[in-house]
Amino acid sequence: MSAPRDYEDIPGTYVYDSERGRVGYQLNQFCMSLNKPENRTAFKANEASYLDRFPLTLEQREVVLKRDWLGMLKVGGNIYYTIKIAFCDGLTFQDVAGMMCGMPKDEYAKMMLAGGRNPAGNLFKEPR
Amino acid sequence: MARIVGGIACSHVPAIGAALDKGTAGNPYWAPYFAGTAPARGWLARLKPDVAILVYNDHANAFSLQIIPTFLLGVAESFPVADEGFGPRPVPTVVGHPRFAWHLAESLILDEFDMTIANEMPVDHGLTVPLSVTCGQPAEWPFKVVPLCVNVVQYPPPTGLRCFKLGTALAKAVESFPEDLRVVVYGTGGMSHQLQGERAGFVNREFDNDFLDGMVDDPERLTRISHTQYMRESGSEGIEMVMWLVMRGAVGPAVREAFRFYHVPTSNTASGLLCLDVE
Repeated sequence: MSAPRDYEDIPGTYVYDSERGRVGYQLNQFCMSLNKPENRTAFKANEASYLDRFPLTLEQREVVLKRDWLGMLKVGGNIYYTIKIAFCDGLTFQDVAGMMCGMPKDEYAKMMLAGGRNPAGNLFKEPR
Repeated sequence: MARIVGGIACSHVPAIGAALDKGTAGNPYWAPYFAGTAPARGWLARLKPDVAILVYNDHANAFSLQIIPTFLLGVAESFPVADEGFGPRPVPTVVGHPRFAWHLAESLILDEFDMTIANEMPVDHGLTVPLSVTCGQPAEWPFKVVPLCVNVVQYPPPTGLRCFKLGTALAKAVESFPEDLRVVVYGTGGMSHQLQGERAGFVNREFDNDFLDGMVDDPERLTRISHTQYMRESGSEGIEMVMWLVMRGAVGPAVREAFRFYHVPTSNTASGLLCLDVE
């Protein structure tokens, strides 16, 4: 069994646990609404007014409007939900993955073709 | 009497489905994946299953965060293909087997696995991509499907051990169904991948190949992998592999590896495909 929160020392990882679930619920429910074509149209027509339909924090609104993909995770976004915004923008999962780790698209694609991000040095935040 | 005739572990990367749907499966990026998985399609066709129990997770399509069932069984006549944000995949509607599914639900609940029951539910790539990988692009899916959803989106998912035990209960449930049915069980998701954060793109070949070995020879070892170990060593989304253990529990102790395939990358993910014959 895992001890509570013993995953906090995994680098570059935002586990969608109870803490993030509590904070991010409304943000993710907004993302979920984009599964409906009429909502995608309404969001694209006027993003700010569409966001008014959801009780988001100012910070949550801002990261959505700025398409700050990493920022969304930090304010409770869950990747399976926030990716709906990317689909609305015509982006792919790989586009967003590259942006979250701050790599140009072609560099990220090359890393994946070469076998992905290596586990060595990427298992713990502090070197062991 | 119904009996389990085979087990399939299969990654369910959405890009694999998209490659088939958009007709890009033959391009240099995808051709090795589809050529490599072809023997599994032949193996499954020869098994001639009547019904599949397909263990997968929904990805914010049938369910939002409003209600989060840990284990859920779909008992509907049919399951429409979900719009995941860019229109539904152009694949056949998934036909269920309500009588069999209800029997499984009753048996599991009385056996102390408290299943949620869904009478209506769209199904997303988690379910349809493994069907595409193992059946290709038929006009109708060649067998009925009982969807079994596992929560792996909101932490914590059920433990690997709990998933394995659900599989063993599922085997008992199948055997007690009076009608002659050939059943295959799918465990889907994985293998190592991370879709989020600065560590996105994480792949661990060593973990994955060790996991494939364990799926064949020593699944009990795999039931001791903790959630943190999955997330650290196979990526935050690699934790989906607990769903493979439902299948492994269901097929029973005596299995033979019929086919294995491992491929990196499929978009952001390491893909595995393992077919097990039941002895």
